Amino acid sequence: MYSLKKNYKLILYFFLIFTLLFLPFLFTSSFALTLFCKMGVLIIFSVAYNMLLGQTGLLSFGHAIYFGLAGYASIHFLSGINNNYFPSLPIFILPFIGAFIGLALGFVIGYLSTKRVGTAFAMISLGFCELVTALTLIFVVFFNGEDGIQADRVTGNNYFGLTYGPQNEVYYLILFWCIFSVLIMYLLTRTPFGRMCNAVRDNQQRAEFVGYDVRKIRWMAFSLSAMFAGAAGSLHAINYEHIGFESVSLAQSGMVLFMAYIGGVGNFLGPILGAISLTYLDTMLSDMTEAWVLYFGIIFVIVIAYAPQGLAGLILMHDPIIRNKPSLLKKLAIPYVFFGISILLLVVGFTSLIELIHSLKSNHSVLKVYWIEISNQNFLIWIMFILLTILGILACKRSYTQTKTVWDEVIEDIKLGFIK
Amino acid sequence: MSIEVLLFIIFNGLLYGMFLFMLSSGLTLIFGMMGILNFAHASFFMIGAYLGYQISLYSNFWIAIFFAPIIVGYMGAMVEKYGLRNIHKYGHIAELLFTFGLFYIIEELVQMIWGKTPVSYKVPELLNFPLIQISGMDYPAYSIFRLVLSILIFLAIYRVLSKTKTGLIIKASLTNPEIVAALGHNVPRVFSNVFGFGCGLAGLAGVMAGNVIGTEPSMALLLGPIVFVVVVTGGLGSIKGALVASLIIGMMQTAAVSLELNLNNAFQYLGFNVDVNSILNHFTSITISQLSPIVPYLLLIIILIARPRGLFGKRDV
Repeated sequence: MYSLKKNYKLILYFFLIFTLLFLPFLFTSSFALTLFCKMGVLIIFSVAYNMLLGQTGLLSFGHAIYFGLAGYASIHFLSGINNNYFPSLPIFILPFIGAFIGLALGFVIGYLSTKRVGTAFAMISLGFCELVTALTLIFVVFFNGEDGIQADRVTGNNYFGLTYGPQNEVYYLILFWCIFSVLIMYLLTRTPFGRMCNAVRDNQQRAEFVGYDVRKIRWMAFSLSAMFAGAAGSLHAINYEHIGFESVSLAQSGMVLFMAYIGGVGNFLGPILGAISLTYLDTMLSDMTEAWVLYFGIIFVIVIAYAPQGLAGLILMHDPIIRNKPSLLKKLAIPYVFFGISILLLVVGFTSLIELIHSLKSNHSVLKVYWIEISNQNFLIWIMFILLTILGILACKRSYTQTKTVWDEVIEDIKLGFIK
Repeated sequence: MSIEVLLFIIFNGLLYGMFLFMLSSGLTLIFGMMGILNFAHASFFMIGAYLGYQISLYSNFWIAIFFAPIIVGYMGAMVEKYGLRNIHKYGHIAELLFTFGLFYIIEELVQMIWGKTPVSYKVPELLNFPLIQISGMDYPAYSIFRLVLSILIFLAIYRVLSKTKTGLIIKASLTNPEIVAALGHNVPRVFSNVFGFGCGLAGLAGVMAGNVIGTEPSMALLLGPIVFVVVVTGGLGSIKGALVASLIIGMMQTAAVSLELNLNNAFQYLGFNVDVNSILNHFTSITISQLSPIVPYLLLIIILIARPRGLFGKRDV
């Protein structure tokens, strides 16, 4: 029994990898596969980003530089294979090239920008981001301006019989790289270097007193993070067979920031959670509504204000209860259900209102919210959703206080258990 | 370089520089005082432009230029009071992230209300006539009006900060908020007011510039980073620094835009030509005017790395 309990995490991970391997057989539609591929790429990117933001405490607005430029380089290599400059280069190792380019860029830019921390560092990264975005539009010969570059990934020698024509072969390529790089990044957090990153984040002066060069640690973390971002960018380019200036822009950097932060920067699994959920929402919502960036922004701001540890933090908050007194979870169930219902009320009311306002700009007077067709000409509908939103706000406020009271009681209970 | 080109650069640089000053002077105060680098500052500028358009649709420009900045300032104060103040305990990075989220929200809301295409916000008829002519270019009375108004505003802020008691309290809260609070001043309210005032200034800049540079939802994204360049270059909390930095950046960019020189010209001067069809030509044929968008960001990076206190700042960013 003991060994099972000790190894349950390992078994869980094997089970997870096993499921991931069979995912293309469970979801055969091309839509699902494309979504999984996108998720895989963004998981690598956001975990790499969190190496910097969560583990070393450096906020970067320019991490898309390494993602995008590695993508550009990979596309050039891909078209090099297309044009028979180096026909025997396997596509499989393109992410290595991307990672190397990310590392080289991160090494140089990191040397300059890790001289500063905090807001100044963030500003430097923003400056580099804008600089590189402007350069991609200036150097047309390499970046091809606003159109970006295309290349064909079904090319060159077919090693192991892989042509990368069908999407599921790309899925396995991305899956391999995703597991491989996330594993390495996880192992990095367990090394003395990973621990020193945390120390530099938490207390720079103490880390200095221990005898470490804090800047060197920041520089190393920056370069490594850029390296993995480069690998992700390379996979992104292979996946879409196209890369454009928007993948080096502030929008892409902002997206990965959203993913890491909403998922939770305090935990290693947070960015993975964030990348999966936001990519899913992104794909689903961008079909249904035009205001999805607005919803992203609002979720982001709410997470900053009320759950600075993100989704992962909210889940892991329950860890002490599960470990010490799982029976207390029952006590939390009822307030949680009420809280959930109030949030649902608010979300339905608010999003419907936003969609109603949005529909005023278009020519259609009838719109579909939550599978129901309504007309924006009807005055009563407006009143109804405004009331629903207000009701949602009030219910949220009330159930938040209630949940907090119960939560405090539960935590108090556990603390008492320790004293006894 | 002829004297006419020089005059053109100086005058256009002055116009653009004073516009940048109006846009970023508010953020200089906010950043210097509270350490909050408001990512959404340019978004308040955009709201100002749109409100200016909307109000002048219903009435006229003069009412818009009076009321729109007040509304924007009030919005800014509310953002500080109900948003940023609660996040303050998580540190400056969280505040920066909050304003980053706000930037996205405001852009989307503006698109939702006024649409994705530019609105036709026009220069007031009263001032829409050529007033002076410099090196063959006509300058409408409206640009002179903007120039004069922004100079007046600089003088007013400078005077308030250096000569009045309000300015004294603001400057004291900038360096030593605890002691100012101990003396009985409501420091959070001072912060709120300064934040609102800064946003209002950005709003005023929006009302004045929206009808010249075009009022569209992407204007915040285009101007946002340049605001940071001015603030960082000028130095924390220094209104004088913001003015000098704005003028420098304004002149540099106008100069860069009007220089159609490239490396090919330099090589020709040295006596050898670059083959037009070679790959090298792709790089050497890029003119300085093409490179002008990167000038401010280069300046931002250099200042932050080499001299993080900026030109007139008293402490590092």
